[in-house]
Amino acid sequence: MKFGHHIFEKNVIILTIAVLITVSIGGLVQLIPLYTMEQTIEEVDGIRPYSPLELVGRNIYVREGCYACHSQQIRPFRDEIERYGHYSLAAESLYDHPFQWGSKRTGPDLARVGGKYSNDWHVAHFVDPRSIVPETIMPAYPFLATNALRFRDIADHLRTLRIVGVPYTDEQIDNAVHDLQVQATGAGDVDAVLARYPKAVIGSFDGDPSQVTELDALIAYLQVLGTLVDFTVYEPERDFR
Amino acid sequence: MSAMSATAAASEAPPDYNEDVIKKFTLATVFWGVVGFLVGVYIAFQLAYPQLNLGLEWTSFGRLRPVHTSAVIFAFGGNALIATSLYCVQRTCRASLWGGPAFANFLFWGYQAFIVMAATGYVLGITQSKEYAEPEWYVDLWLTIVWVSYLVIFVGTLMRRREPHIYVANWFFLAFIVTIAMLHLVNNAAVPVSLFGTKSYVVWSGVQDAMTQWWYGHNAVGFFLTAGFLGIMYYFIPKQAERPIYSYRLSIVHFWTLIFLYIWAGPHHLHYTALPEWTQTLGMVFSIMLWMPSWGGMINGIMTLSGAWDKLRTDPVLRFMVASVAFYGMATFEGPMMSIRAVNSLSHYTDWTVGHVHSGALGWVAFISFGAIYYLVPRLWARPRLYSVRLVNWHFWISTLGIILYITAMWISGIMQGLMWRAYDSLGFLQYSFIETVAAMHPYYVIRALGGVLFLAGSLVMVYNLWRTIRGDLRTEATMQTPVRVAAAPAE
Repeated sequence: MKFGHHIFEKNVIILTIAVLITVSIGGLVQLIPLYTMEQTIEEVDGIRPYSPLELVGRNIYVREGCYACHSQQIRPFRDEIERYGHYSLAAESLYDHPFQWGSKRTGPDLARVGGKYSNDWHVAHFVDPRSIVPETIMPAYPFLATNALRFRDIADHLRTLRIVGVPYTDEQIDNAVHDLQVQATGAGDVDAVLARYPKAVIGSFDGDPSQVTELDALIAYLQVLGTLVDFTVYEPERDFR
Repeated sequence: MSAMSATAAASEAPPDYNEDVIKKFTLATVFWGVVGFLVGVYIAFQLAYPQLNLGLEWTSFGRLRPVHTSAVIFAFGGNALIATSLYCVQRTCRASLWGGPAFANFLFWGYQAFIVMAATGYVLGITQSKEYAEPEWYVDLWLTIVWVSYLVIFVGTLMRRREPHIYVANWFFLAFIVTIAMLHLVNNAAVPVSLFGTKSYVVWSGVQDAMTQWWYGHNAVGFFLTAGFLGIMYYFIPKQAERPIYSYRLSIVHFWTLIFLYIWAGPHHLHYTALPEWTQTLGMVFSIMLWMPSWGGMINGIMTLSGAWDKLRTDPVLRFMVASVAFYGMATFEGPMMSIRAVNSLSHYTDWTVGHVHSGALGWVAFISFGAIYYLVPRLWARPRLYSVRLVNWHFWISTLGIILYITAMWISGIMQGLMWRAYDSLGFLQYSFIETVAAMHPYYVIRALGGVLFLAGSLVMVYNLWRTIRGDLRTEATMQTPVRVAAAPAE
């Protein structure tokens, strides 16, 4: 072996180290600059952490594996912008742990589904999708409307997210249970919730204020998706990457 | 003096290979394969007939889809890789497994426990919803322990080898084990909400999480489903064909270029997203370059049959292996093509991607595994041959037909859906609503599901054949070349 490959073939340790170095380079080059380059994520007004109710709703979205059929990432094409709205910005998933961009559109993109349909539409659609859209192949989720939402440990969730970098304040963590109940029922100090979470959609989403259900939380999450950035004043040139 | 010669004699004796654990991993491969194919068929029918979601929490597509992907990748593929790598490393090192039978058994049961914990979690809604990295933190920790055990057994066996060189298949197995460990640890870094709860939050977010996830996700393909299975190719094709590897030098070039280039390819899953464009471009360029080592490996595998091409006609086990390398070549041409941004703008988010994955998963991963299983079972259970070679032939053709139905249906539906999404009418409006594109998919979803049924049926033929082989039965049947001979025989 005139080029000396026998060094690798005769020593397990050298082979293992050489493999580790070889497979590390690509990842290091692609990953580290994403954390160090300021241009990676635009500075955009309006982005905020999820409200407690939206967060629990998002966790239901994660639990049900919605990403398997729905993307949350609009590409900058004419047809996608007309169909779904402004292309997605990196800043819009800044607080998404994990990201839910998805890789498949068996169903439509949901990055800007917030405000597109009424709460009543969502309730009917989740309980029996084919009653609203006859051709749809989405599974029915009637159990979401009857499952009581479990949220007693919501402050722990906010605290955990703060560890991984979401800037929840002490005030937000202390009021987490309260804010969730107010947002899900519309009863109580709505102004305080809106001060902490601007643009949060308030109200009994499934029309039954007597019980906070999983459906309330999931709809609250869907209704805020893509609504935080005001694109009438957004200047893409300013954030050109 | 006599003691020395006794030692020398002992070192000459064939080592006491641990075949018991290989048997277990082989049976687990077959079992999880059937489970994974079955769940795949079921969710394929769910996409054609949504009533099959049953309106229950535990049976919706969103919860069963990771059961399917984890069952076929980590349970079927993973058990196949561990079975073949531990068989190969013992034979090519002339050494028994490091750590002894107890450690090997821990690896076996530990790995099966990982699979069961992951799958039950998905059904109950315990998931990170990171594609191919769905298991939650406690399952990830358990897998880390099991995987390090695997690495220790594999490297330990390599270190006690009685051969001067480490055989090429073992390079690939080693790269697969080491790289998967790295990917798993970084991508799944998470903070649990409570030590007694299942929920955690991954430390990465948004665009960085996307890049980390597809760095992981594409290299789950690159190292789990490619490098590991190339290890199978480099050991089992030469053994079955009774020919040496075509080119030793090509295998060196193949190995280092493949593992260096693959790791860069992840961003092609994120074209036109909020990921910075420089990262996307790097991902595209390296994906295209990856075509070369992939085809170098394909050539090395297929050309190993030089001088033994006639065996393809008479040996369906070898045919499984060679067809798998051909599918590998096809999928590794299609992949770089789909990573080109302009092509990706059409193919991304559609069934084309699903079809591409399955031409690799069914054609390459499953076929090379079937070939290896058919090679292993008679040897492990010390049978003169398989129960029936003709049933292997049936398995081959039923499965191949299934794959063809599957991938052609997905090509058509994927490209059609991509074109319908971007179609404009003469007045400049979008021509189709989204739901019209969904409705147009229906016939192709039915065809795809039928393709899956055929693939599943083929695997059941294999199960029957293996069961009879293990029982010690031999089917009385004409050998594969007999019909030709009979036709050519002169009348008397």
